[in-house]
Amino acid sequence: MGNKIYINGTGGISAQPENAVFEGKIISYNQNIIPAKAPNYKQYIPGMQLRRMSGGIKMGLTAAKIALEEAGVEMPDAIITGTGEGCKQDTEKFLQAMLDREEEMLSPTSFIQSTHNTIGGQIALHLKCNGYNMTYSQNSASLESALIDGGLLLKEDSSIKNVLVGGVDEISEKITGFQKLDGQVKKETTSSSNLFDSETSGTIISEGAHFFSLSSEKRKTTYGVLQDVDVFQAQNSKEASEKISEFLQKNKIEIRELQCILLGRNGDNRYDNFHTDLQSEMFSEISQLAWKNLAGDYDTSSGFALQLGCQILKNRRTPETLKLNDITPASTGRILIYNQYLGENHSLVLLTSP
Amino acid sequence: MTKGIAVTGMGIVSALGLGIDKNLKALTAGKSGISNPTILKTRHSSLPVGEIELKDLELADRLKLPSNHSFTRGALLGSIAAKEALQQAGISKEDLIATGFISATSVGGMDYIEKYSNNFEKEETHRRFIRAQHPGFTTGQMATWLGLKGYTTTISTACSSSANAIMLGARMIRSGQLKRVVVGGTDPLSRFTLNGFKSLMILSSEACKPFDEHRSGLNLGEGAAYLVLEAEECLGEKKVLGRISGYGNANDAFHQTASSETGEGAFLAINRALKTAGLSPDSIDYINAHGTATQNNDLSEGRALRRIFGDSLPDMNSTKTYTGHTLAAAGALEAVFSLLSLQQQKIFPGLNFNDPMPETDITPVTTLKEKNLQHILSNSFGFGGNCTSLIFSNNGE
Repeated sequence: MGNKIYINGTGGISAQPENAVFEGKIISYNQNIIPAKAPNYKQYIPGMQLRRMSGGIKMGLTAAKIALEEAGVEMPDAIITGTGEGCKQDTEKFLQAMLDREEEMLSPTSFIQSTHNTIGGQIALHLKCNGYNMTYSQNSASLESALIDGGLLLKEDSSIKNVLVGGVDEISEKITGFQKLDGQVKKETTSSSNLFDSETSGTIISEGAHFFSLSSEKRKTTYGVLQDVDVFQAQNSKEASEKISEFLQKNKIEIRELQCILLGRNGDNRYDNFHTDLQSEMFSEISQLAWKNLAGDYDTSSGFALQLGCQILKNRRTPETLKLNDITPASTGRILIYNQYLGENHSLVLLTSP
Repeated sequence: MTKGIAVTGMGIVSALGLGIDKNLKALTAGKSGISNPTILKTRHSSLPVGEIELKDLELADRLKLPSNHSFTRGALLGSIAAKEALQQAGISKEDLIATGFISATSVGGMDYIEKYSNNFEKEETHRRFIRAQHPGFTTGQMATWLGLKGYTTTISTACSSSANAIMLGARMIRSGQLKRVVVGGTDPLSRFTLNGFKSLMILSSEACKPFDEHRSGLNLGEGAAYLVLEAEECLGEKKVLGRISGYGNANDAFHQTASSETGEGAFLAINRALKTAGLSPDSIDYINAHGTATQNNDLSEGRALRRIFGDSLPDMNSTKTYTGHTLAAAGALEAVFSLLSLQQQKIFPGLNFNDPMPETDITPVTTLKEKNLQHILSNSFGFGGNCTSLIFSNNGE
């Protein structure tokens, strides 16, 4: 990414209420599938429309509106959405009706809201935004794919000033339920606050929406600079650390210049070594933070981390509840986020102070 | 105009057959691939579709997959098409490591979810398909099988998905982020989509008639197509099949599924494509239209075309009469057809057309037409208001 890309507004909905992390009002959960804390959606979406919307559409549209409002952007030039699993609630509604009624007498409502681009399309529809519109669905690298595209758009076209980028994933009864069967969700009920001590396979699953108003222009509301984003594959933690080193070199940053690293540990003992190896080796000398013990895991949960990173830069403070080690974060204004899911779709986001 | 991004390989699997040769032969002969489904098990077996007449087992054999593989039909079709593209481009094993992969799908592995979702609980062996529902899983399977290790992502913007994948690939090469990339899309037939479109009452019970006054809806199809795009410095002595010279993406912002009366999204996408190509409307020699043959699409697209081209509309038609509407794969299939038109300097005959729509008075090309073709516009529009237009140009040798 060449010219600077500023994050001027953020909006997030997750298992933790707004500001809970910084106000020390974290909710601890004792369940393995955790619904998001819904804000008062009526503040953002007319009641009539709200009734027809699935959780993902409500969360996505609301988070998008919050981010734009904060950035003071009425009409973005582009809308880019990432969603690993799309509109599962409407998908399973139509699927189940089709199977139960043996392909007869089906209503199209849930089908038309089942496509992965529904949320991006609904945001465009609400804003009456005819600009560039794209949806990525690359598992746990969906939001990162959207961020990469957002950066590219701002770089290649100087007439594009504001790009709305976000990630959304919702839980649904049946399809999220399947994740218990294939080992993605932990078998034993796990307390979110003890997630990293569980030493079992699987994780705790949640949902959320996180939107960011990216811009080529710095404003009063600017949180930070989205310096670089990368997505890669790695067979083991050695390969991952090599890729991370290359990424830092490309950005001319030494490890000790990092304020902290946000790690996407999710308590799955089959894959957490990607993170714990980085903790004990590459990043042993810097402050290490985690977020999935607060927000659970979902394909676009790195949006929660990116929003946290933005707030850490703006508030100049790192809440204790995030910390994995005792090292005080150096105030270098450089934050790295590393995530992976099931050993696949590794991603890096480098955020720096403006 | 600006020099476009080079296409050095292409591959396709459609109702016209496996591979470029079979598709070209059928298009030249004006022979459609639409028939009643025999592989897809559905109650609606009298609805015509563009089906590939090979079972999943036969497709998996071609890929030499072990019996416990978790490739769904989309991944199978996609792997065959992408392999053909890579072979034509002559990409070496070492070069695959840095080659990107931008794939599109909307159905993903839904065909297996609808088969197994009621017995995942009982049947442990089926559980390997649980993650297959999600688009990125299909892409991941294909990337592993093909040996592609560069930047990998999946686009899912309904029926404009693979046009967007081609667009992103071209942009990433232009910006220098990638040197080589495989772009395209894959979608299998599924009961989910067949019943979805049926519930919207936009499936035709006969062969589809794009831009005809008496059109009665679309035929669903399945398929996969991929292109290999390469940066100038990688080309060497390679044969360039054509170039992606323009691309434009816009949102209609009108309705979740229906297109606006004026075709605003389509109008903007085409205009943006012309702008990035640095071309005026009169330099377009042929339009491969989205032309699904629904009442709504053809009228909206027709109006957008009239807004841009006025009375001098270039030759146009829709090749969905051959393949059906292959959803996320449509843009890539039609990219291959457009590139074949450029290579052959021929417009393939549009089928099933009788009477023009009175609102736009557009008459598609219905016979094989030899013509000097320099620039071809290809449209792809989808649910969610997503509209994308691409311009393919001759290499200019």
